[in-house]
Amino acid sequence: MTASPETQSVAVEVRDLRKSFGKVEVLKGLSFKVGRGERFVIMGPSGSGKSVLLKQIIGLMKPDAGEILIEGESAQNPAVQAKYRMAMVFQSAALLTSLTVGENVGLYLTEHQAKSPAEIDATVARALETVGLKGLQDRAPSDLSGGMQKRVAIARALVIEPQLVLFDEPTSELDPLMAVTIGEEILRLNERTGSTSIIVTHDRELAFATGHHIAMIHDGRILFLGTPQEVQRHPDPIIQKFITAELAPPRPH
Amino acid sequence: MFKNIGEILVLFWQTLLVLPQWWRQRRKIFDQLSFIGVTSLFMVCVLSLFIGGVLALQTGPVLVERGVSSVLGGMIGLSMCKELAPVMIAILVAGRIGSAMSAEIGSMKVYEEIDALRTMNIDPVRYLVMPRMVAIAISLPILVLFSIPVGWFGGAVVCNFNMKIAVGFDSYFDNLRDVVGPSDVFNGLFKSFIFALAIGIISCHQGLITRGGPRGIGRSVTKAVVNSIVLILILDYFLTRFLIYFQK
Repeated sequence: MTASPETQSVAVEVRDLRKSFGKVEVLKGLSFKVGRGERFVIMGPSGSGKSVLLKQIIGLMKPDAGEILIEGESAQNPAVQAKYRMAMVFQSAALLTSLTVGENVGLYLTEHQAKSPAEIDATVARALETVGLKGLQDRAPSDLSGGMQKRVAIARALVIEPQLVLFDEPTSELDPLMAVTIGEEILRLNERTGSTSIIVTHDRELAFATGHHIAMIHDGRILFLGTPQEVQRHPDPIIQKFITAELAPPRPH
Repeated sequence: MFKNIGEILVLFWQTLLVLPQWWRQRRKIFDQLSFIGVTSLFMVCVLSLFIGGVLALQTGPVLVERGVSSVLGGMIGLSMCKELAPVMIAILVAGRIGSAMSAEIGSMKVYEEIDALRTMNIDPVRYLVMPRMVAIAISLPILVLFSIPVGWFGGAVVCNFNMKIAVGFDSYFDNLRDVVGPSDVFNGLFKSFIFALAIGIISCHQGLITRGGPRGIGRSVTKAVVNSIVLILILDYFLTRFLIYFQK
């Protein structure tokens, strides 16, 4: 869980990725590179194909065209998926409701027989402590709040010692305090393991605070890719509208 | 429809491929055995008791009228072990267990739990389908093994106490012993084993292809139960033909 960044992280390259659902083309030729250990944020409006992109990177979905390379090898190859340790933190947390919190966190280690039961228990306890959920091993996921479930999902990713972590809307449906906590967990995970992180989010504060680079997706294409400062200064009206949109309070009569 | 049949066959093949790893999933298999077998046993016994009773009630007076009431034991005995117990218990299990399997797996699909398994390189067929298939393939024949004697007993009670039939326990069971042999019981167990595989694979497949929210889960459950029952009845005909040929 504390391996050096050099051995943990992987580089990801997406080349001319295309994906359609029926007649609707969601991704229209996306290309970008994510360096080893980088925190790469993908922002864009709902329905712009951000989650679809993550699912293709982790092998849950196949692209219609284009390719995704992990350390120069095709991510569509199941052997490559098995070769690199990857984890995804789902928008819904996606904890297995039939298992306890502890069993969820230790699931990867148990199923792959990576450690002895005693070692798994210790690893799970450490991971839960890291995300501030010490001693909740025996609770059912349904007993936890949405924010706690997401932290359990992060703990589940943590025990995999991932080389690549994908976050799908990690702060959606959370109150501002919990959103900050999750943002801090993402930063800590990246610093501790040195893993490459790809974060899909609408949350502007999270994006600017965590991203080394931010890709703005619009209409299935990358509108702009740069550092948080470059994105904030970019004159494109679509980008400016997205990052400055605010609900104005009604004027008093 | 052909796409679904193809997917079901592929899923069955994938299940067979991961079957050698059953020991690693023993806890889940045991949980499923308990869920399918233990919790269904009482209902199976009640159902079988009344099936045997109704069979006696429907055929008894007719056979008495024609003076062949002495064959009642054998007739009910054969009907129970070769036909009614395997088919009726399979239908009960399809409704009770098949629906639960497709609802549970369907819910896991809809709420991305299966995607989460895949991202951890955990094969859903090994983790979810195989334990359920093994458990149902063991449980259903055992349930049928309980159902057969309870059904015989139900028939015996009605034959003995119904005044229009009035065939005593001794006469009933003597005839049953004369007519029904171990191969007839094996016949029913073999059928129930095949029905179990059909219910298990259809229910798991429906769960895995579930889309949408709660409505999608409901649709999957309905399809799993209806398709299982239809397949049980179709398979029953072909299995009966096959077993008749085999018994020659």
